[in-house]
Amino acid sequence: MGNFYKDNDDIQFLFRHIDLGRLACLCEEGFRFAEEFDYAPGDADEAVQNYEMVLDALGELAADFIAPRAESVDREGNTLNEDGTVTRAKGIAEALEKLAQAEVMGFTLPYRFGGLNFPNLLYSMATEIISRADASLMNIFGLQGIAETINAFACEELKQHYLPPFAEGKVTGAMVLTEPDAGSDLQAVKLRAFEDEKGNWFLHGVKRFITNGCGDVLLVLSRSEPDRSGGLGLSLFVCEPGPTVHIRRLEDKLGIHGSPTCEIFFDNTPCKLIGERKRGLAPYVATLMNGARIGIAAQSMGIAEAAYRIARDYAASRKQFGVAIEKLPAVRDMLIEMKIAVEAGRTLLYETSRVVDLAVAYNKRLEENPPEDKGELKELKNDARSYKRYAGMLTPMAKYLCSEMCNQVAYDAIQVLGGSGYMRDYASERHARDARITTIYEGTTQLQIVAAVRGVCSGTAEKYLADLAGQDYAAEVKDLIGKLSEGVEQLKATVEFVKDKGNDYMDLYGRALTDIAIALINGYLLCDQAGTKVQMDVAVAPGASSANGQAVPMKQRKALLTRRYVEKNAPKIKALAEVICQGDRSTLSDYEALVGPVQEQ
Amino acid sequence: MAYNCVVLAKQVPDTQRITGKVMNDDGTVNRSALPAIFNPEDLNALELALQIKDRFGGRVTVVTMGLPGATRILRESLYRGADAAVLVTDMRCAASDTLATSYILSCAVRRMDYDIVLCGRQAIDGDTAQVGPQLAEKLGIPQITYIEALEDLHDNTIQVRRNIGNGWQSVKSRLPVLLTVTGEANTPRVAAAKHLMKYKKARTPAEATAEIKAINPNAVEAEIKELSETRCDALKARGLLIEQWNLDQVEADLTWCGRGGSPTKVHRIQSVVLAAKESKEVEPTDEGLAEMIHELIDDKIIA
Repeated sequence: MGNFYKDNDDIQFLFRHIDLGRLACLCEEGFRFAEEFDYAPGDADEAVQNYEMVLDALGELAADFIAPRAESVDREGNTLNEDGTVTRAKGIAEALEKLAQAEVMGFTLPYRFGGLNFPNLLYSMATEIISRADASLMNIFGLQGIAETINAFACEELKQHYLPPFAEGKVTGAMVLTEPDAGSDLQAVKLRAFEDEKGNWFLHGVKRFITNGCGDVLLVLSRSEPDRSGGLGLSLFVCEPGPTVHIRRLEDKLGIHGSPTCEIFFDNTPCKLIGERKRGLAPYVATLMNGARIGIAAQSMGIAEAAYRIARDYAASRKQFGVAIEKLPAVRDMLIEMKIAVEAGRTLLYETSRVVDLAVAYNKRLEENPPEDKGELKELKNDARSYKRYAGMLTPMAKYLCSEMCNQVAYDAIQVLGGSGYMRDYASERHARDARITTIYEGTTQLQIVAAVRGVCSGTAEKYLADLAGQDYAAEVKDLIGKLSEGVEQLKATVEFVKDKGNDYMDLYGRALTDIAIALINGYLLCDQAGTKVQMDVAVAPGASSANGQAVPMKQRKALLTRRYVEKNAPKIKALAEVICQGDRSTLSDYEALVGPVQEQ
Repeated sequence: MAYNCVVLAKQVPDTQRITGKVMNDDGTVNRSALPAIFNPEDLNALELALQIKDRFGGRVTVVTMGLPGATRILRESLYRGADAAVLVTDMRCAASDTLATSYILSCAVRRMDYDIVLCGRQAIDGDTAQVGPQLAEKLGIPQITYIEALEDLHDNTIQVRRNIGNGWQSVKSRLPVLLTVTGEANTPRVAAAKHLMKYKKARTPAEATAEIKAINPNAVEAEIKELSETRCDALKARGLLIEQWNLDQVEADLTWCGRGGSPTKVHRIQSVVLAAKESKEVEPTDEGLAEMIHELIDDKIIA
């Protein structure tokens, strides 16, 4: 009897540390739903109690049911049958049934469609928990953004038709975006949508690399305006599988074997328009992908957590040179760095999710129920705008950080296990394979940087960091706050330098700039955790220098972690700033000479 | 065709997670040292009932006999999808053995509308596997024990596969019937989110009264009674009242209940401490094997 929520001190700590009551008040819109729906909470305490009960149940399902099936799912994969249907790995099919019974397939959907109306932050926590058990199951559990998109942009009739079965777990969906010649660049989508004389829409063309393309509800990005190139010629459609939807191929992948990746040929498939024409890419798919990016960050967290745990256990039990290998400085250092990376990633992901929740709630309030008082309205408008900007910057940052982090942690986990980690006897090799996709899909790391660095250089990072710096911090971390504000000054100077050099220079050093900003943001957020009001003891390994040698207050542990994080990052920030400010443009000027010509065959 | 299922569940000490001193010096179980859980195979019984409900419709009612604290497993049943729950509790039930327990439960179940009664094969505290079969006898209905799978259910007929130790048997019966379900039958579902959110507020009348007393420490008996009744009516209107029956309400003959109704006499309790090591090495030779076989025959493990 395991539980991936209950056995995770850090998630439980953040659950208490973050002000979930505030999110609950916003999501529940003054708890007005309690009258109509017998499961909706009547106040903030009850809402938070609900959140925890559901995570607890999900944690049990993940540990006891999903995780034990992950290995066989990885071996078995999916099968494309001769009749064009896809048979899922047995473990995935069974898990989907249990998830439906657990009523968690409409996590963020409104009550009126049978959803739980939970904040995105809770969905991130849940996604991480599921992913730790089986990263490939997340590719289906984590596709709830499809229902969200229908909820946000489709007409009432489509909502009524599609959303209740999503919430019941009777259907799964797919985001049908990528084509052979339109990967990162979705503006190049070619798949044709055309209208007959009666106004019925049809789809014709090929889509590739479609996660869960064999699902029941397909959201298809297509060119509805044949004479218009670029994003403005695209609209979003919804269709269902049928005789005109042909799954032509299942990809044979490195990892996430439980997730079916399909090539689909649409042969004049009847479909329905979502929202308005020409708005398919922006804002519909852009919104969908922002949610999905947070989902991948959460998937990355789950993989990293699982990989770290195996390495941590192995380092304690494996003896070489007469001692457990965790006694060796090089191994100790790897494990500490892994653990800190996991907690830092989670810190940024949860903050991002929280900010997205605030942005969504404030904008919803503004649209549906704006305050009459002018001062209040102005304040709400300001908040809505700020949080939207913060969310726009933090989302690619979290996707970038968590996905790169999980690859590093999975890589190091194998290193800790040595030869055993390379063998299939341990799940470590699966974690490394599963991790590899996370920096690629839903926008590569390089594209996340392009989005994030614009936030870093446009003043959004500066404003957000100023918000963070303006909060109260505990006395124990005051010196660290000083170091962080030095870092902020360095960032400002660096941004000034970059701005003078033009956009190509900014993109060239985008990763370095983003790394500085993330180190500072996480530094502040960790300092905040180190001053937590939450009273919680966490177990320590035998031999620890804490008071009783068995447990330590989380606050104290977080202070240790934060000190190490901020102090080790300070010189790195300096170095990155120096590299950026050298003004080196050789990547742009000397590429041809340095990489040489393409070999003639 | 829809079927009404009654599931009998028991709250038991978690004998799988033994920590601290779990045996009293007199050889009885120190229940306070063990966490109380839903008897595992009763969860399999509940799951089978819920699967029948999912496929055919009907209601699932869970009944437990125990101390008021056993309400916890009733709430857990509601979280997983049961439609109603009944707590049979009465100080006069204390010290009931399996015979008395099955009698009291039969009085409760007789008051319900049922097609299928489901029990776990056995509880992990006593391991008797007696209450289910005894209950079937008292209800005067057929029983099928050690169920591994439901094979068919239509009209008034059920067919199940039962484990017979060295194989299995397919058995058909008319309804109503009592089934005892093994752990192999299914994997119980977890609590459902919306049910958790709703039924966390489900209470028995006793719990409701206790909560009212806690909020109004200075109220007199009559006030408490009135407040409790109002509260219970409100709970009932929202489907959140867990029914609570005592022996008078189930019209039990008291001579068959509790210590007086329990013919079981404990002759002797032995605390067995295993002294031998868990494993013994046997040489992989003919002589080694012969020696091992003789030893097993001497110990009467094989004959």
